[in-house]
Amino acid sequence: MARTHLNDNSPNLLQTPPKIKSNKPKYTKFSQQELAGCKPVMTPTYVMATLMLVGAIFIPIGSISLHAVGGVVEIVKRYEDVCLIIASTLQNITLSTIAQKVNYIQDPTTPKNCTITLTIPHYMKQPVYVYYELQNFYQNHRRYVKSRDDAQLKGKFVTSSSLASCKPEDFLDNYPIVPCGLIAWSFFNDSYVFTLNNVSLPINKTSIAWQSDIKVKFGAQPSNFPNNNINSTNSSTNSWIGGGALNPGVALNHNEDFLVWMRAAALPNFRKLWGRIEQNLYDGDVVTINILNVYNTYSFHGKKKIVLSTSSWIGGKNNFLGCAYLCIGCMCFLLAFSFFLMYRQWPRALGDTSYFSWHNSSQAKICLEHL
Amino acid sequence: MNKLAPPLDPPEELIVGHTDLSPPYLHASTFSAGTTVYHHTTGSTHREPSSSFDRSSSKLQSDVSMPAEVSSTQRPPSSQELPVSNDVPANNKEERQVDDIFLPAAAGITTMAPPPLSDEWRGTSASLSRRSMGSSSSSRIPRHVTDETAFGSSRRGSRRVSDTRRLSQREDIPDSRFIYINNPDRTNENYTMAGNKVRTSKYTFISFLPRNLFEQFHRYAYIYFLILVILNQIPQLAVFGRFASLIPLILVLVITAIKDGFEDWGRHRSDSRENNRVALVLDHDGQYTYKKWKHIRVGEMVKVHANETVPCDMVLLGTSDPSGVAYVETLNLDGESNLKSRYARQETSNQHPEVGPLTGLIVCKAPDRNIYEFSAFMELPADSQDIQIPLGQNNIILRGCEVKNTSWVVGVVVYAGRETKAMLNSSGAQSKRSKLEHYMNRETGWLVVFLVVICFVGGLGTGLWVAANYDYLDIILYYKKMSSNGGNYLFSGSVGEGIFGFLSCVIRFQIMIPLSLYISMELVRLGQSYFMIRDTEMYDAASNSKFQCRALNINEDLGQIKYLFSDKTGTLTENKMEFHTASIDGVDYSNTKVVIEPATGKIEGSIAPEDSHFVEEILTKQAWKPKVGAKVDPDLVHLLTGRPSTAPRRDTLFDYMLVLVACNTIVPTRVKKTASGQLEMEAVNSMEDGSGFIEYQGESPDEQALVAAAAAYGFTLLERTSANIVVNVLGEVQRYEVLGIHEFDSVRKCMSVVVACPDGMIKLLVKGADSTVLNLIGPGDDENTAERRESAEQLQWQAEVREQTLKHLDKYAREGLRTLVIASRVLTQKEVEDWHFHYAKASTALHDRVGMLRNAAGLVENNLVLLGASGIEDRLQDGVPETIALLREAGIKVWVLTGDKQETAISIGFSCLLLTQDMQQIIINESTIESCRAAIADAKRKYGILPTQKKRKWFSIKHQNSVEASIPTLNDSHYENSANHEEEMERVHRSLALIIDGNSLVHALSKELEQDLFELATACRVVICCRVAPLQKAGIVSLVKRRAREMTLAVGDGANDVSMIQMADVGVGISGQEGRQAVMASDFALGQFRFLKRLLLLHGHWNYQRLAYMVLYNFYRNAVFVMMLFWFILYSAFSPSSALTDWNLIFFSLLYTAVPTIVVGILDKDLSHKTLLQYPQLYTVGQRGETYNQLLFWVTMIDTLWQSLVLFYVPYFVYRVSEVDLYSLGFLFCMAVVIVVNIHLAMDINRWTWIEHAAIWLSTLATFICQLVMDALTIADLLPNHWVSFHMCGELRFWFALLLTVILALLPRFCIKILKQRIWPSDIHIAREVEILGHIRHQSQPSLELHELPPSMANSSPPSAAVSV
Repeated sequence: MARTHLNDNSPNLLQTPPKIKSNKPKYTKFSQQELAGCKPVMTPTYVMATLMLVGAIFIPIGSISLHAVGGVVEIVKRYEDVCLIIASTLQNITLSTIAQKVNYIQDPTTPKNCTITLTIPHYMKQPVYVYYELQNFYQNHRRYVKSRDDAQLKGKFVTSSSLASCKPEDFLDNYPIVPCGLIAWSFFNDSYVFTLNNVSLPINKTSIAWQSDIKVKFGAQPSNFPNNNINSTNSSTNSWIGGGALNPGVALNHNEDFLVWMRAAALPNFRKLWGRIEQNLYDGDVVTINILNVYNTYSFHGKKKIVLSTSSWIGGKNNFLGCAYLCIGCMCFLLAFSFFLMYRQWPRALGDTSYFSWHNSSQAKICLEHL
Repeated sequence: MNKLAPPLDPPEELIVGHTDLSPPYLHASTFSAGTTVYHHTTGSTHREPSSSFDRSSSKLQSDVSMPAEVSSTQRPPSSQELPVSNDVPANNKEERQVDDIFLPAAAGITTMAPPPLSDEWRGTSASLSRRSMGSSSSSRIPRHVTDETAFGSSRRGSRRVSDTRRLSQREDIPDSRFIYINNPDRTNENYTMAGNKVRTSKYTFISFLPRNLFEQFHRYAYIYFLILVILNQIPQLAVFGRFASLIPLILVLVITAIKDGFEDWGRHRSDSRENNRVALVLDHDGQYTYKKWKHIRVGEMVKVHANETVPCDMVLLGTSDPSGVAYVETLNLDGESNLKSRYARQETSNQHPEVGPLTGLIVCKAPDRNIYEFSAFMELPADSQDIQIPLGQNNIILRGCEVKNTSWVVGVVVYAGRETKAMLNSSGAQSKRSKLEHYMNRETGWLVVFLVVICFVGGLGTGLWVAANYDYLDIILYYKKMSSNGGNYLFSGSVGEGIFGFLSCVIRFQIMIPLSLYISMELVRLGQSYFMIRDTEMYDAASNSKFQCRALNINEDLGQIKYLFSDKTGTLTENKMEFHTASIDGVDYSNTKVVIEPATGKIEGSIAPEDSHFVEEILTKQAWKPKVGAKVDPDLVHLLTGRPSTAPRRDTLFDYMLVLVACNTIVPTRVKKTASGQLEMEAVNSMEDGSGFIEYQGESPDEQALVAAAAAYGFTLLERTSANIVVNVLGEVQRYEVLGIHEFDSVRKCMSVVVACPDGMIKLLVKGADSTVLNLIGPGDDENTAERRESAEQLQWQAEVREQTLKHLDKYAREGLRTLVIASRVLTQKEVEDWHFHYAKASTALHDRVGMLRNAAGLVENNLVLLGASGIEDRLQDGVPETIALLREAGIKVWVLTGDKQETAISIGFSCLLLTQDMQQIIINESTIESCRAAIADAKRKYGILPTQKKRKWFSIKHQNSVEASIPTLNDSHYENSANHEEEMERVHRSLALIIDGNSLVHALSKELEQDLFELATACRVVICCRVAPLQKAGIVSLVKRRAREMTLAVGDGANDVSMIQMADVGVGISGQEGRQAVMASDFALGQFRFLKRLLLLHGHWNYQRLAYMVLYNFYRNAVFVMMLFWFILYSAFSPSSALTDWNLIFFSLLYTAVPTIVVGILDKDLSHKTLLQYPQLYTVGQRGETYNQLLFWVTMIDTLWQSLVLFYVPYFVYRVSEVDLYSLGFLFCMAVVIVVNIHLAMDINRWTWIEHAAIWLSTLATFICQLVMDALTIADLLPNHWVSFHMCGELRFWFALLLTVILALLPRFCIKILKQRIWPSDIHIAREVEILGHIRHQSQPSLELHELPPSMANSSPPSAAVSV
């Protein structure tokens, strides 16, 4: 029918026969799924080689890590309980219940100094880092982490409405708090005075925060932190006290302790860098630390510790990495060996078509029976 | 009404019979007010003339209200009310008849100026007409009136008798409907019958929004998404931005809604096109006027011209053919493109329905879907009493058919609109969901459980923590419930905080349910369809069609097909019958190398010059040439056309050809070229000179082929009427008178015609199946054959011919040809008279007409002279047997469902290697439910098929040794555990073939028998269903789908396959010649059946492997991430805190890890084309669901747990009690989880092309760069994590922690993978080894080990087994 149609030179038809466009798909390697590619197959050689390679990499890493960590000297002294005992004996008050402890720490009038003494067990090469360690303090609590306003911290003027993220510490007496938010409000304000063998030990407190924080993340604006005011007024508002006050005269990004604090810790037990001792400490040296214990952790059983530690390229005193590397490295060798035994014991020809399930393979069954 | 009463003063003649009938004239007017009055009068009518109808008018009141009840419930009246209801039509008939009498007269006046059809006008015009009747239409009216008079008077006596008879007959048809011919008002009054308006669209303008949303939220994921969005609006819970969380959901909803709306708009348009088509409908004035389809009502008389589509299901009343025959093409209904004949009853046809209205009543069944069945009867008023005429399948033409070859037909609408069989057979498209997605939902359920558990832990922890610290909450520095301005800040007590904690955990961990998976799956499917569409091997050059992917959400189902249901015509075969060989008089003329195309005058093929002369002679002698050519044997042409009749038995040749030409039901159609070059049918069937083409139309394609072949040999069938056949015999036009036709029936298996030849001889021409016709051959004991017996030589010759013909038949059958035996016989005058007496009686018989005709045929169908045999080729499509063999090897059960005759279906079964000679055929051919039950039970008993046992099934799946998942066992205690016996049974079952026909299926698919049928059918190796209606096809598919719970695929090409295609899990349409409906309804459309091989074994396999892996991987990927986050909240006082920034949380599944999984889902190729086709059994991996199952899910989840623990605790221990800050640790978490997840994927990639490399490594790199960029930006949102990544990267500790995490997380997986591959290798794994390593070991080319083999090498011999390591 089509043929007769075409043979007929009717005026309706064009002179040239109409070209029928072929729908045939174009051939490309891609569209035919024939792209060249590597098809890995796990031959015994590859399996064992892979495992041995992993082992060969892991064991040295483990060893040198352990070695490096072994050279780290770390002194940790918990003091929030010690200072409490000292205070209670000095002032002859009982501080057994949480309420009593909280009352004590929140009362601006009570003396809060206490002194602890550390003896250096090993030679500590400078710089010796001074950390304070808090335990059971959930800086990663969602309510806490969210409660900050980075625009404000950067020095941008923030309208009152946009401070919502700082709740519950956004306004005081209808004035926006600068810097606002729970993190800033709970600023850690214990301070330490070091003496080494009765000689004042200078602590370098510069460059303890990240340079990026100082330069980019925080602005140079002054603060109107409410605790400044609260400290000066009567004790009825003491319950407002969260943490330390900020010096309104100092630009925010120069208060490096504050910057360190603002970098919320990942886990509930954390250390924060407080300063550096830039001189070597020797075995037997006695370091006396005069602590102003004003930071309230009693309400949540939070422990406070002071840490002196040297550092290595792998960080502080933590054997985990080294041990894990060593274990896994050994395990890989072990696995490689057991695979080797398995291949020897129960060999299976690769690509043996008699193993196909539809061949009702007897060999496959034998293989299973072996196990 | 009352106003009109006075003019209604019937003429005297009328009053004689119908003194009380005047009010009913009004019945055609509005019924609102008239009904009551009308029936009251009817009541009085009854009271007066017949005491037997002694009823009060109040009882008849109930008569009026009764139909309303009927209409509301669609049920027949209860037996108690039955007499009343039956009376109504009878009464009305009288009234209507009188009314009808006047209508033509009224029309006579109104043709001049048709006024509006108001009551007043009708009344006056009626009265006017009556007054003027004497002149204009007196010729017609009196006849009716006298009829009526006689009818009326005689009826009084016979009434009771006829009523009871009618009653009983009407009760025979349940849910019967009464259709008053040409009285739509009356017809529609009693029943709510559908109008002819059809609606296939889903939505209306108003219902669109709610309904579309409702449908969209059927995806549970959306509901989940919605809940989360709502939760996120609560301030206590707001984990992410409030409006940002809305956007994805809204976007998805809107896009889907637009898509749905657009689709539905298309349906609306096609509906309105359909509804606004016009047809000629007899109006009140007795004239046919055009009316829109949507306004056609049941009971109206409709006239349809040639080549027009039938608007509704109609009972034929009359056709242009005096004998009442009409030809229709049922392409849209059953997919068969040949013509079918339908008949108007002579009783109505003689009343000239084309001119004016008829009266009568049709009682038919409530609408049903069976297009092969219609039973009803028609009551026509006649002289003595109503005559009842049975109506059957042959008397109805269905909506969607086209009238062909008949210049017009008139019918009365019995079913309209959605009640037509065509519409009932188009079950609406079901939205399909893949099996994988179905299972995925189950596993999603488990993930929800996990989610709830971890959130519960989170919530409980929060609550307990708050309770424990309740008194000091305000002075806990990191909590502080009191706001600086006084009042509690977001604090609601320990229980409240617990609940809020739970809910915010849900929001925090929401990606446990991988919503991104749904998007990824769509993308992957899109990519997979790209590959399927672009497959050059699936392009069909003949139809210039490439593969079409019409459904995008069931790609992976292609890899799990267990049952394949195929249509026959046009799917397996090309639907082109070709006359291939002839055996005449014991000589085989099978050298058919020459093709004659009379239409173009072309002769193709090698032909000797001396023969070409004869061939050309044939061509020149034909004035009207057949359009379709045929193959001819030059020798036979030579013999036929040789001028001096050299052939010794030329008469036999001529008789043979005469049988081919005459013994059929083919209708020649003249077609002429029009000016535009198109071929157009000549509407006039007259014998005029001129040149043109003849198209042969008929119900049987075999006959078409025979007639076309005869034409090629110079015997052109020019014309066929019910009385004559005109044949051009080698240039000489001869007219044969047809004395009778014995049509083919399945008992006789032959067809014969009795013709009077031009020379006065009366011949019986027979063609039929060898099994029966050969038995009728030869002289019998009948004395009439005395003259034949005289010649012993003749007998000898017959015996030789018989022997030769048998040989030839065997040869043809082995070649896969469809054979017919041709015979004839000269009838003596006495025989003719004797036969004619019986034949005439039989053809008018009302009861058992078929049986009587069969007896009449038996009178003459004996003592035949064998002329020869013919071989017709039903051309299979290319590669069908190979494809079927391959698919069966792949564990797919192929069932053939066809509308064809049983014999045809079986012969195709043989030619496409579905059936083989050694198979046991179980043929079920029953017409009652009992016999059907018995037949199935017999077969089951005979072959020991017992109910499939669940335990056995599970067992066989577990061992994965059997391709047949369920092997029924014989419950014989002796053999219960005998492996031998099992094998024996399996061998038997493998050689069983079930052949069942549509009539049996009607019963077999009923609820009681379907389980039996299912068991029998699944035990058989081959199932062929013949003569099945479209919906039965769907019924079979649905049966298997429900009972076997296996994936089904239906493939077909015609409109009759649509419901099957829609019912099956996967519907494949063949874009062939038979319309587009199948393709439109299908999920995938192919050009050729053989492409299924590639579609299933290659693409299906890959699709399934890829998507199944991707789903598992996505579950793992999101779960490992969420679990890692969960471990963290154990260290953040159960607050839903996260070390990762919000951006990283969002980007993780959207950006960092999304691309590799999509790329792998689209591109990864476990096995090459060649391997998959070489080992089709690999397809069973998908059928067994080896790549995605619950076991794998749980194993993956355990792995997930391990990996998440490593991901959290390695960094935790590394950074325990250190100065690390939240976001630095988050950076480590983020990098670690992305790398672990990506390498996990990399370990499972089967083929690494550059694209995979790019995807995996670049997205890992991109993650890293993203971190750096985000940490370098100074946008306020990103400030908290400013510079952390730079800071961390400076530390070696970070890098070591990262390496440790990745290796430790993946080490167990690696080892288990190796072990699994070593000890429990999957088929796929072995095939991979064969593909990659198999050849190398022999050719010792290790350098190629890791690369895809070049095609040349891949084509080398298959690897031998057993090469030890």
